[in-house]
Amino acid sequence: MLENAFLIPLVPAVSFVLILALGRRLPRGGSEIGVAALALVFVLSVGVGIGWVQRVNHPPEAPHATEAEEVAAAGPAAAEEPGEPGEEEHHETPPVVRTVTWFQSGGHEFTVGTMVDGLAAIMLLVVSIVSLLVHVYSTDYVAGDRRYTHFFAFLSLFTASMLMFVLTQSTLQLIVGWELVGLCSFVLIGHWWEEKPNSDAAVKAFLTNRVGDVGLLVGMIVLYFAADNSFDIIRINEMANAGEIRHLLLLVASCCLMAAVMSKSGQFILHTWLPDAMAGPTPVSALIHAATMVVAGVYMIARLYGVFWNGLSIGTSTLNLMAVIGAVTVVFGALLAFVQNDIKKVLAYSTISQLGYMVMALGVGAWTAGIFHLFTHAFFKACLFLGAGSLSHAVHSFDMVRDMGGMRRTMPTTYKTFLVGTLALMGLFPLAGFWSKDEILAGASQLGGEGGYRLMLVMGLIGALMTCAYMTRVLWYVFWGQPRGAAAMHTPHESGARITAPLVILAGLAVVAGFANLPDTGVFSFVPENLALRFEHFVEPTAAYFPGATDEAFGHPEFSITIALATLVLAAVAIGLAYAWFWRGAGPHGIATRNPAARAGYRLLENKYYLDHLYTGVVAGGTKGPLARATYWVDQHVIDGVVNLVGTASRRGGQWVYDNVDQRVVDTIVNGSGATAEGSGQLLRRQQTGKVQAYGAYLFAGATILAGIFVFIASAS
Amino acid sequence: MNDLLDDWGLTAAVFLPMVGAVVMLAIPRTEEALHKVIALVSSLAVLGVVVALIAEFDFDRTRTLQYEVDHSWIEVINSRYILGVDGIALPLLALTALIVPLVVIYSWNHFPEPHNPKAFLILTLVLETGMVGTFLAQDLILFFVFFELVLLPMYFMIGVWGGEQRQYASIKFFLFTLFGSALMIVSFLALYFLSPEVVVDGVARHTFDIRELTDWGGEGLARTTALFVFGGMFMGFGIKVPLFPFHTWLPDAHTQAPTQGSVILAAVLLKLGTYGFVRIAIPILPEAAEEWAPWIGLLAVIGIIYGALGCLAQTDMKRLIAFSSVAHMGYVMLGIATLTDFGVNAAIFGMVAHGLITGMLFFIAGSVKERYHTLEIKRLGGMLLQAPRMGWILGFACMASLGLPGLAGFWGEFPAILSAYNPGGDLDPALFRVYMVVAAIGTIFAAGYLLWLLQRVAFGTPKEEFSGERIHDLHLTDYLAWAPMLLLIVVLGVYPNLIFRVTDGAVIESLAAVGGG
Repeated sequence: MLENAFLIPLVPAVSFVLILALGRRLPRGGSEIGVAALALVFVLSVGVGIGWVQRVNHPPEAPHATEAEEVAAAGPAAAEEPGEPGEEEHHETPPVVRTVTWFQSGGHEFTVGTMVDGLAAIMLLVVSIVSLLVHVYSTDYVAGDRRYTHFFAFLSLFTASMLMFVLTQSTLQLIVGWELVGLCSFVLIGHWWEEKPNSDAAVKAFLTNRVGDVGLLVGMIVLYFAADNSFDIIRINEMANAGEIRHLLLLVASCCLMAAVMSKSGQFILHTWLPDAMAGPTPVSALIHAATMVVAGVYMIARLYGVFWNGLSIGTSTLNLMAVIGAVTVVFGALLAFVQNDIKKVLAYSTISQLGYMVMALGVGAWTAGIFHLFTHAFFKACLFLGAGSLSHAVHSFDMVRDMGGMRRTMPTTYKTFLVGTLALMGLFPLAGFWSKDEILAGASQLGGEGGYRLMLVMGLIGALMTCAYMTRVLWYVFWGQPRGAAAMHTPHESGARITAPLVILAGLAVVAGFANLPDTGVFSFVPENLALRFEHFVEPTAAYFPGATDEAFGHPEFSITIALATLVLAAVAIGLAYAWFWRGAGPHGIATRNPAARAGYRLLENKYYLDHLYTGVVAGGTKGPLARATYWVDQHVIDGVVNLVGTASRRGGQWVYDNVDQRVVDTIVNGSGATAEGSGQLLRRQQTGKVQAYGAYLFAGATILAGIFVFIASAS
Repeated sequence: MNDLLDDWGLTAAVFLPMVGAVVMLAIPRTEEALHKVIALVSSLAVLGVVVALIAEFDFDRTRTLQYEVDHSWIEVINSRYILGVDGIALPLLALTALIVPLVVIYSWNHFPEPHNPKAFLILTLVLETGMVGTFLAQDLILFFVFFELVLLPMYFMIGVWGGEQRQYASIKFFLFTLFGSALMIVSFLALYFLSPEVVVDGVARHTFDIRELTDWGGEGLARTTALFVFGGMFMGFGIKVPLFPFHTWLPDAHTQAPTQGSVILAAVLLKLGTYGFVRIAIPILPEAAEEWAPWIGLLAVIGIIYGALGCLAQTDMKRLIAFSSVAHMGYVMLGIATLTDFGVNAAIFGMVAHGLITGMLFFIAGSVKERYHTLEIKRLGGMLLQAPRMGWILGFACMASLGLPGLAGFWGEFPAILSAYNPGGDLDPALFRVYMVVAAIGTIFAAGYLLWLLQRVAFGTPKEEFSGERIHDLHLTDYLAWAPMLLLIVVLGVYPNLIFRVTDGAVIESLAAVGGG
C-alpha cells in the first residue's frame, strides 16, 4: 500500500467526477458515492498507516551515508529499494517515494508522485477520518439543500486535493495541492452564493490566500534554484540540512513561505479571512476550516522542516519569525474569541489561536509537539464545529447570545460531546489537548539552549488561560441559563443519528488521541516503553531530510510536571473566573460601557483590531477604486491620447498638404493641365478619406525608403 | 500517404481554407446553409491535415523543421516559399486549426448583424490561411505576407460586424498594426542586405531564409545596427502582442469586434507577435536580444500590473477580458525576456493556454451579450440561477484564467515567473528578480479582477430588469464549440508535458546562441 498511495487521492477525485456526472439521477443525490469513496479512502489510509508502522518496526536496511547521497542524486525513486542487509544497527526509516514524469523543460524532467512517511501517514488518517465523518454528518445536515449534489461533489474534490497535497513529493506539486484546496474552500464558503455576504467571504478568503501565495511562489522558486533546479522535497531538505545551500537563501525562502503559512493557516495578520469563512455550511467549517485545510501551512513547515530549521536558525536561543508569529497568534486570536456572539466565530478564533500553538511549536523546534497538536486538535475542533452545527440544526441560528441557552436539557448528546470537545480544547487532564498542549509548552521552556523561548512559554500559558475562559463562556451561553430567542420559541430536539454518531466518535477520539504520545519520563516513568511516545516514534522522520537526524541541536522536550500543574491551575482559575462572572453574576459587568479605557479595548476587539477596515477598505478599496480608475484615466487620456493625437495630426497634415501643396502650389504650377492635378489630388484625397489600402501603400513605400536609408547608413558605418 | 503529407501537408494546411473561400465566392449568398457547410468542411479539413501532421510528427526530433518544403518564389529578391514546422510552431498550428472550426460551429445560428454569413465565413477562412501561414513560414517575406494577410479580414470583421464604435476601432487596429509592420519590414530588409550572401543554385545571393539567417545569428553586425534592426522587429511584434504601451488598440478592437472576431483575435492573433519574437527576432539577433531583454521584461511586468489595474476599472465585461489579455501576455513576454529555455517554454505554453482560456471567456461574453443584450457588469448578476451551465463555465474559465494549478493557465504563468529568478545570457539577475516579485504580485490582481467579475456576474440574484426574463442556457452549438476547449484546458493543466515535451527541444535549439539555461 505504501507504494500505491497514489490511489488514495484518486478515489475521491473519481468520486468528484462521478457525482457531478450522475449525482442528480441517484436516489440520494450523489452523497452515496461520496460516502462510499471516503469509506474506501479511510480503509486505504489505515492500510498505509499499518504499512508504515511495519516499516518502522522492520526498517529496510538504509544505505550507507555515501550511498544515501548517491540515492538522492539518482532521484528519490531509488530510495524505495531496500539496500543490502548491513552489519550495524539502523534506526533510519526512509520514506517510500514513487514518481512519474510530469513534464520536461530546459532538458530537465520534473516528476509528480507520492512520498509516504510517518508525517504523511498520520495526515492521511486525520484527513480521511474527519472527512468521512463530515460526509456522513452532511447527508443529514445539508439534506434538502438547493445544491446538495454540488456540495458533495466539492467535498470530494476537496478531499482529493487535500490528500494529494499531503502525499506531495515535490514543492511544485505542493503548490498545486495548496491552490486546489484553496479553490474548494472558495467554492464551499460561497456555497450559498445568492447572498452577498457569503460570496464576499469566499472572495475574501481566496484573495487573502493569494497574498500569501505570492510568498509561496517566490519561496519555492528560491528553493528550486538553491537546490540546483529541483522541486524534490527530500533533496531540498537534505541539501539544507547538509549546509549545501547558503543560509541567506534559506532565510529568504523561509520568510517568504511564512507569508504563505500566515494566510493559509490563519496566522496573524493574514487571518482575517478565516472567521468570515464561517459563512459556509458548518460541515465545511469543521472539515476545511478547522481540521484539515487550515493546517496545510503547518504541514508545509513540517514537510520542509530542513529549510525552516536552518533558515530561521530554530534550535538556537535567538527568537525567530515563526515562533513569534505563532505566539502572537495564540494570544491575539484568543482575545477576539471573547467578543463574538456567533458560536462558529468563537470556534474560528479559537482555531486561529490553536494554529498559533502549532506554528509556535514548530518555531521553537518542538516538531513532534506541533504535529501532535495538529493531530489532536483536528478531532476535538471538528467535534466542536459539528456540535455547533447540530445546535443550529435545532434552532436555525448560530447566535448563542440571542437564540440559545439551557440546551443541555434538550440536546443531551450534543451537549455531552460538545463538553468533551471543550474540555479537550481547554487541555484538561487526561483529554487529548492536555498532552499536546503541554508538550508544546514544555518545548518552549526546554528547547533553544539557555533560557529557552520564555516569551513563547508565557504567551502559550496566557493562551491556555484565555482558551479556558472563552470556552466556559460558550458553555454558559449555549447550555446553561434560560432558553432565549429561537431556543425558547420552539423546543429544540436532539439531532438524528447521522449527526450524533460522528459527534460521539469525534468526542471519543478527543478523549483517547492524547494517549498516542504518552510521556515516559518524570511522573510518567511507569509507562512501559512500547506504549510511550508512540507518536514520536512513528511519525517523526528519521532520515537525512529531517533535521532531527542530522543536527545535534534538535531536541525533544520532556514532560514537565511543573508546566502541567501550572496549566491546570491556570485552567482552574480561568474556569473559576468565568463561572463567577456568568453563573454568579459577579465582577464588574458592564464595565465596557462605563470605563473609557475598557470601552476602547472592547471597541478594538469588536472591530477585530481594525484589520478588516485596513484590508477591505484601504487596500482593496484603494486598488479597486482610485488606483484602478487613475490607471485607466491615464490609459485613455495619456497613452491613447498620444495615439489619437498621432492619428489626428497625420490627418490634419494630409489635409494641409492637400490644401496648401496640392491645391495651391501644384495646382498653380500646372494650372491648365487638369489631368495631372486631379491625379495627385486623388492620391492625397484617398489618404485622408481613410482608405486603408492607401495608408498601407504609403507605409509600405515609406518603409522601403527608410530601409534603403538605413542600409546605407549601416553599410557606411 | 506519408509522401503526400511530407510534400503537401503544410501547403494543404495553409491553403485549404483559401480553397473553401474561393468555392464560396462562386455560390450566391442566399445559399446560407451551403456556405456554412463549406466553411465548416474546409476548416475541419485543415484540422484533419494538422492531426495527420501531428500523428506523423517525429517527436524525438522536435528541434528540427519537419515537413519542409522549399521552392523558389520571388526570384528577383530571392524570396522563397519555405514552410516547415518544429516543436515551437506545432502547438500554435494545432491551436489555430482547432479554434477556427469551433468559431464556425459557434457562429452557426448566431451571425452578428448585418448577418451575411457568406462574407463573414469567407473572411474567417482567409484569416485562417494567414494565421496558419505565419506559423509555418520560414522565409521573412513569406512570413510578412501572411502576417499582413491577417489584418484585412480582421479589419473588415470589426469594421462591418462590430459594435457601435466599429469604425474607430477597426481603423485604429489596422493602422496601429500596420505602423509596427512597416518598421518590421524595414528590419527584414536590413537583415536581407546585411547578412552574408548564401549560395543558391550555384549563385551567391542575399536571402530571406529564416533558417540561414538563424545560422548566421547576426555575426559581425555592428552593435548599434543590430539594436536598431531588433528594434524594428520589436515594434512590429510588440504592437501585435501587445506590449505596454502599445496596447491601446486592443481593448477597442476587442470590445467592438463581434464575438467570433474577439475569440480569434485573443486566441491566435496576439500570438503572432510573441511567436515572431521566439521564431525570428531572438534566434536571428541573439546579442541584440540580450540587450533588449531587460526593457522587454520591464514593459512586460508593467503590462502585468497595469493591465490588471485597467481590468479593475472596467464596467464592461468584454472590455475587462480584453484588458486581462494585456496582463496575461505580459507573463508570456516576461518568459521570453528571460531568454531561458524554461521561460520560453512557459511562454509558448502560455500562448496556447491564453488562447484557449481567453478565447473561452470571449465566447461566454458573446453569449451573455446575446442573451442579456448588455455586457455592463452592474446590470448583470445571478447568472448561475438563470443560466447555471453558462455560469459554471464562466467560473471555470475565470479560475483557469487566474492561473489555478491543475488548469492550463498555471503552466504559462508560474514557470515564467520562476525563470525570471535566473535569467539567461548575461542578463542581470537582480533586475529580473524584481520583475519576478512584481509578476508574482500580479497574480493577486488577476485573482482580484476575475473573482470580482465572477461575483458580480454569476453570484447573487438577477437584477430586477432581468428577473422575469427567461434566459436560455447553452445551445447545442455552444456545447460543440466549447467542449473541446474546456477539455483541453483541463487536460493540459493536468498533464503539461503534452506541450512541454514538444516545445522543449526546439526552444533549447533556438536559444543555443544566447547560452540561456
